Formats: sequence, C-alpha cells, structure tokens
Amino acid sequence: MKKYLLLFTALSLLFAFSLPAMADGHCMDELGCVEVGQDDPIVIGALLTVSGATSFYGEDSRGGIEIAIDARDGMLLGREIELVVEDSLCSAEGGQATAQRAAADESIVGLIGTTCSGAAQGAMPIISEAGMLMISPSNTSPRLTNDDVDAGGTYYPGYFRTAHNDLFQGSMGARFAIEVLGAETAATIHDGDPYTEGLAVVMADTFAEMGGDVVFQGAVAKGDTDMTAILTEIAASGPDVIYFPVFTPESEFIASQARNTPGLEDAQLMVSDGSFSSSFAGNVGSGAVGIHMTSPYVAGEEYDAFLMTWDDLIGGSPPSGFHAHAYDAVNMLMDAVEAVAEEADDGSLMIGRQALRDAVSAIENYAGLTGTLTCQDESPYRGDCATGSALAVYEITQAEVDGAWPPAVVWDMSMAMGMDEG
Amino acid sequence: MNILASQASRRVLGLGLLSGGFILFAGVIGMVAAFHEREIVDDFISLGQVLLLGSPFITSYLMAARLTETGEDPPVILAGGALIGLLTALPTVILLLFNSDEYRYLLDASLKIIPFVAASYLAWKSHAQGNETRQVAATWLVAALLIGIVSFGFALIFEVKGDLRGVLVNVDRDWVEVVTFDHRRELWTGIGLLLAASAGAGLAGVIMRILPDIPRRALLYGLGVTLLVGAFGETVRLILQENLDRDTLREIFRRDTLRQNAAAVLFIVSTLAGFLWAMFGGRAQSEFAALDDSRRHTMRNLGMLLFAALLLALPWLIGRTLSDVAVTIGIFVLMGLGLNIAIGLAGLLDLGYVTNYAVGAYILAVLTSIGPLGLFKGSFTFWMVIPVALLAAMFAGFIFAVPVLRMRGDYLAIATLGFGEIIGKLALSDWLKPLIGGAQGVQNIPKPFLFATELKNPEQLYYIVLVASLVTLFVSIRLNNSRTGRQWMAIREDEDVATAMGIDTARAKLLAFTLSAATGGVAGAIFAAKVGTVFPNSFTVFISINVLSLIIVGGIASNPGIVVGAVVLIGMPELLREFSDFRFLMYGALLILMMINRPQGLIPSKLVMHEAHAGAKPKLSAGD
Amino acid sequence: MFRNKSGEFSWVDFTIDVLRVLIVLAVVVGAWNTLSSGRISLAQWVNLFAAGLSQGSIYALIALGYTLVYGILLMINFAHGEVFMAGAFSAFFLAEALNQTGFLNAQPILAILLLFMFAGLVSMTVAVLVERFAYRPLRGSPRLVPLITAIGASFFLQYTFRGLYGSHFKAYPQVQLLQGTLQLGDISIPVTQIFVFSSALVLMFGLHWLVERTRIGKAMRAVSENKEVARLMGIDIDWVILFTFGVGGFLAGSAGVINGLFRPQGVNFYMGFIPGIKAFTAAVLGGIGNIPGAMLGGLFLGVIEAIGPNLVLAGLGIPGANQLKDVIAFTMLVLVLIFRPQGILGERLSETKA
Repeated sequence: MKKYLLLFTALSLLFAFSLPAMADGHCMDELGCVEVGQDDPIVIGALLTVSGATSFYGEDSRGGIEIAIDARDGMLLGREIELVVEDSLCSAEGGQATAQRAAADESIVGLIGTTCSGAAQGAMPIISEAGMLMISPSNTSPRLTNDDVDAGGTYYPGYFRTAHNDLFQGSMGARFAIEVLGAETAATIHDGDPYTEGLAVVMADTFAEMGGDVVFQGAVAKGDTDMTAILTEIAASGPDVIYFPVFTPESEFIASQARNTPGLEDAQLMVSDGSFSSSFAGNVGSGAVGIHMTSPYVAGEEYDAFLMTWDDLIGGSPPSGFHAHAYDAVNMLMDAVEAVAEEADDGSLMIGRQALRDAVSAIENYAGLTGTLTCQDESPYRGDCATGSALAVYEITQAEVDGAWPPAVVWDMSMAMGMDEG
Repeated sequence: MNILASQASRRVLGLGLLSGGFILFAGVIGMVAAFHEREIVDDFISLGQVLLLGSPFITSYLMAARLTETGEDPPVILAGGALIGLLTALPTVILLLFNSDEYRYLLDASLKIIPFVAASYLAWKSHAQGNETRQVAATWLVAALLIGIVSFGFALIFEVKGDLRGVLVNVDRDWVEVVTFDHRRELWTGIGLLLAASAGAGLAGVIMRILPDIPRRALLYGLGVTLLVGAFGETVRLILQENLDRDTLREIFRRDTLRQNAAAVLFIVSTLAGFLWAMFGGRAQSEFAALDDSRRHTMRNLGMLLFAALLLALPWLIGRTLSDVAVTIGIFVLMGLGLNIAIGLAGLLDLGYVTNYAVGAYILAVLTSIGPLGLFKGSFTFWMVIPVALLAAMFAGFIFAVPVLRMRGDYLAIATLGFGEIIGKLALSDWLKPLIGGAQGVQNIPKPFLFATELKNPEQLYYIVLVASLVTLFVSIRLNNSRTGRQWMAIREDEDVATAMGIDTARAKLLAFTLSAATGGVAGAIFAAKVGTVFPNSFTVFISINVLSLIIVGGIASNPGIVVGAVVLIGMPELLREFSDFRFLMYGALLILMMINRPQGLIPSKLVMHEAHAGAKPKLSAGD
Repeated sequence: MFRNKSGEFSWVDFTIDVLRVLIVLAVVVGAWNTLSSGRISLAQWVNLFAAGLSQGSIYALIALGYTLVYGILLMINFAHGEVFMAGAFSAFFLAEALNQTGFLNAQPILAILLLFMFAGLVSMTVAVLVERFAYRPLRGSPRLVPLITAIGASFFLQYTFRGLYGSHFKAYPQVQLLQGTLQLGDISIPVTQIFVFSSALVLMFGLHWLVERTRIGKAMRAVSENKEVARLMGIDIDWVILFTFGVGGFLAGSAGVINGLFRPQGVNFYMGFIPGIKAFTAAVLGGIGNIPGAMLGGLFLGVIEAIGPNLVLAGLGIPGANQLKDVIAFTMLVLVLIFRPQGILGERLSETKA
C-alpha cells in the first residue's frame, strides 16, 4: 500500500517539472543548486526548540526526524544522510539567528522547522532569500501561509508545513461544540501565547459564524496559579462550553479549579493539543473526567510501528504530538530530493533549489503517518500540506486520570464530513 | 597525624574536594553531558572531557603555585597533584556507584548513616567550643532528628523511584558514558579510567607549574589556543570560510570540529609562537617602554588606527553569520552603555531597563510596519522613526522616573523591576491588542534603506549599530566629564550630601533616567528592524538581567568593560550553543563571584577602582 | 497640596499627586461600574475573597522570610522566592513517593506533617547555604552589592534546580482528605482553602512565639536593633543571622507544601520567581521589617489580586482583565513604594536604620 503510494508520488513529482536542473554539468536552476560531492553526505538541517521551557516540542520533532532517517538506514541516493540540528529557541530572534547559520551552510539541502511559529517568522525571510525551503512540523499560525500583507500574512516562498493550520483546529473545536455538545454559548480563554491566542480567536469567530453566542473572551497570564477570578467572571456569563486551548500547567489549573467554581458545575470544558500530554489528566485529577481535547490524530498499524521504533531508538514514548508531523515532513523532503537530484559526470549530485521547492509544492495525496497530505498553493493556505483531516476530539475518562494514555477518540473530521452529507 | 594537620595537606584536601564538588555539580545539572556534545578535536577530546580534566589540572596548578611559594619539595607537590586528581573524581565515583544496580544499597546505607555522622560532627564541634555536656547532647539530638528527616525523605523517594534518574534527571546514560569514558557496561574499568585520567590531569597540572618559565608559558599558550579554536570550531570555520576554499577547509574541519592533524599542527605552531613570545616578548615590551614619549604616542595611535580599521572591516572578515552575532552583541553594548548612565554614572539601580527597549521596538514596529497594525503603511522609514523611537523612549524613561525619584537603592531597584513586569504584561495584553497586536505582535517591519540599498543583511546592519554605539560612547564620555557627570557622581557617593551641596538631585536623576532610556529605545528600534517582527515575549525581565550582568561583569562605569561584558555574556552563548542552556546559571554564578571577588569588574573603570580603594560606602537609605 | 516640606511648589509632588487622584478615580469608576452591573453575585464575591485569603496566606509565609532578613540585615533577599521553590519542588518527589506507597491517603495528617518538615528543612538548608557562601562575605559592603548578589543567587538557584530536577512541570498528588467543599448556606468554600488558611495561621503563631518568647528570638530582636550592642552583650551575630535565614527558609518551604496542596499543578524551577516578587510586595505593603505587617500585607495582596481584576479592570471595560492580575500586584508595589514606603503597619524608618 505504502509502496504504491510512494510510487504514485514519485511519478507525480516527475510530472510536476520539466526543466532539468543541470545541463553540461552546470546548474541551470534559477535559485541555484546544492552540490553534493561524491563522498559527501546529504545534509538536512533542522531548526528546533531544543532548550528552554518548550524544549520537549523540539525533542519530539527531532525524534520523528531521526526515525524517518533511520528507516532509510541513514542513506539517500547512496549517500549518508547527516542531520544538523540548530536551536531556534521559541522566539523570532532565535529563529532569525539560526536561519542565518543555516543559510550560510551551502551543503544543507533543506530544512525541517521551526518549532514555534514566532521563530518561523524570524527565520523565513532569510531562508526564502537564500533559496532554501523549510517544512515545519509544528508551526500552526495562519499568518505563515497567508500572503496578504494587509491581513497580517507573512508567507515567504519556500515555506511548507505538515502541521495543521490553526484555522482547522479552531474551527473544528467550534463545530464539535455546536454539533456534538449542542452548545449555544461559549467562552474562550488564552494564556498570552501567540499560538493559544490564535486558536481561541479562530474558535470564537467560527463559533459565532455558526450561529453560536460567544459570551466571554478572556485571558490569563503564564505563571498564574489562581484561576478563581476568571472562572467566577465566566460563571457570571454562564457559557455552555469553555474552550481554553492553553498550555500546561495553566490549563491544568483552569480545569481543576473550574469544577470548584459555583455556576460552572455543568459547563463543558475543552482544551487543545497544548494540553495533550500524558500527565494532563492525572495532574488535574478527578475533575478531568469529561474534558474534551482537540489534538492531532494519528493512528493505525504504521503509527504503532513508529512508536515501537521510538522506544527502541530513543526510549520511552514521544513527549508531545508533533513527532509524526516531523516524520512526514522529513520524508517529503527526502522524497523530493530523490526525485530532483541529478548526477553529474564526476559523480557529484546537483539538487536544484527551485526544483526542490516545486517538487514539494506539487505533492499530492501523499500517504503520511498523519494522513493524506496535499500541499496547497492558494492563500491563506500557501504551503499548507496538512488538510486538517488528521485532527480529532478526544474525551478524558477516569481511566486516563488513573494513568492510561491516550484517551479514546470520540469525533474526527471524517465524522464532520459525514454530517455535512447527512 | 602530622601530615594531616599540616597546612599543605589541608589545602590539598580542601582544593581537591572543591574541585570534586564542582565536577559532581556540573555532572548532576547536566553540564558535563551537554558539553560532551561539542567535540574539540575530532574523535579525540570533547568539551565535556576538557571540563572533567580541566578542573583537576587547574586546581593542581594553583595548588602547586602556592606550595612552591611556601617551599615544599617537588615530590610532595606531585603527590598533592595526584591526590587532587583522585579527590576530584571521588564524588563522581560515589555517585556512579549509587547509580549502578549492584551498589545501589550503598546509597540507602549512606542516607541512613549520614544523620548520625553529621550530628556527631556538629556535637564534636560544639564540644570543641567548650559547651556544656547538656548542650552538646542537645545539639546531637536536634541535628540527628532534623538531618534524619531529610535523609529519610530522600531515602524513601529513591526507594520508591527505584533509581536516581527518576529525581535527578541528568544522572542518565549520557552522563555515565562521559565520566566512564564510554565504559558504561564495565563500571569498574570506567571508574579506574576516570580516576587515572583525573590523577593524570592533576599530575600534569603540577608538572606544568614546576616547568621552567619559558617552556611553561609556551605550552600553556599552545594548549590554550588549541582548546579555544577547538571549542569555538564553528566560529573559526565561519571566519576561515570567507578566505579559504572548500577543500582546504575540509582538511582542517570535519563540519565544526577540528581534525586531529590540524589540531596537532595548530598546537605545535601556537606552542612555537608562545615560545618565541616567551623568549623575546619581554624584550619587545621593554623596548617599547624605552621609546621616547612621542614615538610611543605614534605607536599607540597606530594601534588605535588599526583597531578602528578592524572595527570597520569586521563584517567582511567574519562573514554573515558572525555579523549577525555581532549585531546582537552590538544591540546589547548599546543597552549596556545606556543602562550604565543610570547605574554606573548616577548609581541608580534600574532593573526595568527592558521597558525602554520595548518602547523603542514597538514604536518602530507600529510606525513602519506595512502590515495591518502599521499606522502609516511604510510611508515612514527607519531613519525617520529612529529619532521618534529615541524621543519616545526618553519620554517613557521620564514618565517612569518621576514617581521613583524619591526612592533610593534597593527600593528603586524593586520598583523599576515592577515597571518592567508591568510593561511586559501590557505589551501582551488583549487590552492593547488593537494597537500593538497583543500576543501576536507586529509583523512585516521593513528593513532600513540607505539611498536605494536595502540594508537587510547583518553585515549592513552592523554599521548602524556601530555608529549608534560610538555616538552613545561619545555622549556618555562627555557627560561623565561634564557638570552633570559630577553631580551624578556626588549623588552616587551620597545623596544626602549631594542635596546639602545644593545639587538639584531630582533634576539630575531625571536626566540620568531619561538619557539612559534613550539608547534603550534606539537599541529596541534596531532590534525590531533587524528581526522584522516584534513579539511581546522578547521583552522580559531577562533582558534587564542580561544587561545588568554584562555591566557588572565587564566593570561598572567602564566603557571597554561593557563591550567585553557583552562579547562574553551575549556572544559566547551564541557562538558556543552548548553554553546556552546554562546561560543564566553562569550569569547567576558570575554575579555572585564578581560581587565577592572582583566587584570592580573584568576591566575596571579608573574611577571605580579609586573609589573601591578609598573604601567609599554610599549610604543608601530606604524610602524617603 | 502641591508644596514640599519647605512649602515651595514642587512639580515632582505635583505629578505624584495627580497620579494619586487618577488612580483613586480609576478604582472608584471601575468598582462602581462592576457593582452596578450586578454581574457577580455576593456569594461569588465571598468566594473570591476566600480564595484570595488562601493565596494571600501563602504570600504571607514567604513574605515573613523577606521581612525577617530585612529586619536584621536591611537587605532584600531577592533569592527568597527560589528558597520557596526549592522546598516545594523537592517535597513534590516525597509527596509522589508517599502517594505511591499509599501512605499519603492512609495517614494524611502524618504524611502532610512529614512533607512540611521535609520541605521546610530543604528550604532551610538552601537559605542557610546562600547566606553562608553568598551574603556573608559581603557584610558591610554598599547596599547595592548584596542586592546584585541576591539577584545572581536567584538565577543560580533557579537553573541549578532546573538542572537537578528537569524542566518539566510536575503536579502534587491529590489528598482525599482535602477534597470537597464546605457548604455555608449560599456560599461553598473548598476544604483546601480552610486547610491553607489555618496551617498558615499556625505557622505564623509559631513564628510569633519564637521571636517573642524564646532566647534566640530575643537575640534576633537585639541584633535587629543594634548589632554592635548585641555583639557586646555576647550574642553570636553570625549565628543569629544564619538562624534567621534558616527560619525564613523553613517558613518558605512550608509555604511550598501548602501551595502544592492548594494549587497542585505547575511545580517547576521557575515557580518561585513571581511569588517571590509578590511576597516582597506583601512585605513592603505591610511594612518591611515588621512581622505582623508581612502577614497582613500578604493577605491584603492576595485579596486584591483575587478581586481587583473583576472589580476594577473589568469595570473599566478592559478586555482580558485577568491577564493583568500581575499588573495590579506590581502597581500596588510601586504605589506603596511611592506613597507609603513604611507600609501599612511600619513606622517611618529612622535614618540610622535605613
């Protein structure tokens, strides 16, 4: 099955471009070529957050990349693959600094990263200018794939991602709240992180568009422990559902204190993948039962095999939810390199930079771990390869509070499609 | 008995355990394993191993220096070096045993014994002080009980967890591999290697010290240069990349790591150079000193000219990536020079300096952005907005200064810290989101243009920072020598006396805050233009702490000190990324060590030196 | 009104007075708007107040450490928040172990007592070590020197504990005994809040007893009055100072456990920084150097934080008001420093002492 799809992809890639990258041993690509000498490795760069408070996201992606490379025995086109990981922190300036480094390295064929959307905004101008491409496993900000500057878009050519755009997850939360939970009123809380703020806004907008009433839009600060004040205020407006796509531990504080707040005993609580960690339910305690989480949905035999490999190669289980996206991202990159690279007479490889971008951009119906990927070229989804189909809603039960993980999926986008038809 | 009691052996023991404690600490917090990731010489030695062996080496070197002075025999000193090496490894060996499956029971046993041993020691001390038996017994009992509770707690934790790693996350496989030199499976072989290597390093330290002066200096020079080039391999490679072709470069480096041959050549060459300098350097210096004044003056000027040329040509010498680092350093130099006006010149400890940085950045962002938050959609350029950012920061500095004019010393510090936090939260808030973007920040900030050239590369932005820094430097030197500067000095020494002398302290302090804010605003504006987007999470208390640290480390009120402080504290974590996780740990340790051992900083200002010697203690009173 | 002591017009006083009027105006308008809208019921206000008191009693316990040290050394022990973190973080592992063996819920009272002792002693050790190695060599140096050292110590401790225990967030286990709520008519108060408040009270009374009734307490007071005279009277100053740091540390560690049982989540190396600054605010609020003042200041700050955003900021129509909770606390700090540096209960510090 997978082989067949790979073949299909490769064919569609070959079809996508007609100009050769090389003629008479000279690079003909408009953005130039990456030259890989006869005995040189093929270098893949990764700009990830590997230090600081959010380092587990970076470690998560790094594991996915390493497993994908390992699955090819570390070889591509008969050469060794070398992975260079740079710490892009979680800030625009951190992204810029590492992008500067990567752009200076002429041997890098392509980049995986960044972890945080803010870092990508710092990095992309430089990456794009250098003619490189970058596929992100975990950026979700809608700005990055929007090329309308007046609407705040910051798209740069060469940017792709396998992570789901917030527009998907936020609207999915709203649909689930209305269609499944039957909510008429909603409240949202964010924690001042651009990611959670963006999700909360998308959810509220979609909820209102679909005819719901957003009665409260508030925020807490990172580091807050006492959520009584905001919960009391929310109780005063009496929403059916509270959507707080914030990170742990603030989401844990909100979840555990919500049940003790008079007036919120019956409110439905919804969180996002910012809280999708194995310790969430246990940390919240019995109050977590019945909480719904929107998060990437990856399942199936291949994924189980992936988890086994993870345990073998890295140990334990992935610390977050973007490892499969990273696995797909680096596979897409490697496939594209395979399709584009041309061998010169002296045995060195020429990889056209524009050709590589075109190849990734042309990816259609790619069977990845995170579902079927198709890279789009229309704003506001320019470079979005995930369609949102690999998202689902999970429900926490007593079993998760007692230590089981992950919870069962109660709803996913295919059910949403089904509803549309029905 | 005599040997134990002698001062020399006590010193050896003390130094050895100090060095051992340091290595244990570095291991337990993950530093050893993290540094091991950076290979200094390909397939030969890593930074982690240098840390592991450098500690006994340096410790014994220092010990030998001391003991030679007191006239100990070389064999004794050599034995001392070996002992220091063994003692350095000892705590790590003990932890290795505690961590191993076979000897875990030792951990449990020690936790049970510790309370009694410690209590007995305290009781013995109490007895030695001549206390009554009743008091000695009480000391023993209380100490045993209190330490017992903690010991019991940890024993229980380790018992339930099953291993150390469940609590001490960095006592992991990586750490074991580094300290046993890749003999994780054969524990005793690994321990033997560690002890031997450590003792060897200790001996080497002593030998190095006992060597005659000239070979010693030559060898130290060679070693130092090789290690530095190896550790900063990436930096060196990036510089060489500008001038060498790919193949030659590949002979020297395997990616960022020095190859063995190259390292050997480098070591030999630099040792030779060190040898030559040790032989003839002294003569050159004395010849320079013997020159007459005007010749020396010319030489100095020539040196300055060379330095200026270096500053100007820097981006072309070091390439794009390092220019980017240089711009970041420059932004912090700028802020350091600015904050120094408040802290160094006027003695006002401002912990909210990030406020000015944020104001500058957001002003530039909002006025020049071509995105939805941009007020003028690009019709304002960088150059038009820089003065605006400067004035806005000055205005903010002024506004925040007025309420705190009456405060002094530590109250002022805490109040300004509060301002910094308030600004950070406001920048992030939904309230101001329509203006400055809240959590999403401001995007699409265009780069500066000079005539028709877009200054988008760090090589170009470098000159903006350079000019801004030079202007600030000039202003701050002029200020320091002006009437206002003397007023600030008076306030810094003693505010009450300054008031009594008829100085308008309110005015002088306000001026200090406002001027200090100005450069912060410019630094923020340059930062915003450089990054192209502004996010509120760039403006945290850590910026203020960074700037404070670089001033303290470099030297309060010392302009060259600030530059050195910025290069060390900002540049080093950028260039040696293995450091960046331990950045704030180092800042903390440096702040403490500097305050205790060298409060005047690395490159002290002449003024502060003078004050320190005069023993001036400004009386800073709390409140009004 | 706009005149300084000597009766001249002073624009600094003028600005500060304008500031005062503006703030009072904002508070009154905001509160009026909120109360007249009736969005939040009386029972809800009472709940907020109770939650604020509990949070405030944790601030108060930490604040006592600041105040004790300030009373004796006139220095701000900026690293005190980290002392709190050290105890809370370390005791988390013990709480987890006790929970896994089942002891925590079988013998909750004993287990909690053990946690208190453990956290208190760990924090005490940290506080004493910092005093011994970082602050003692600097006695008698200019005031800013120990403050900068303390800032250094604060970061050093944070990142040391990060290195030791890792950067992941942890959560204390739940104690069944403390679950549930107490129903008083319309008002329901969680049992944890009662536990927090009462155990904090016990600790505060313990401290009061120690300072007022014991020999070492007398020595502490003597050293704080006048070090030279105390030394002449045969008091070992270094030991008293060390002891003071130890007591402050013990209280901070206990506060760490109380915090862990009250707000179980979010245990990590950074958890002490913000509470530390808040507790310092509380100490200043009550009058730094003044023990009952620190308690009062802590409770006051806790309540303001709980009620302020909803009462004032929301009333002024500021969106995301709860995001700005810290702004209220820090504004309080600055305002107190401006308008009443001696705090609620403090006397005006004499020049010699200050």
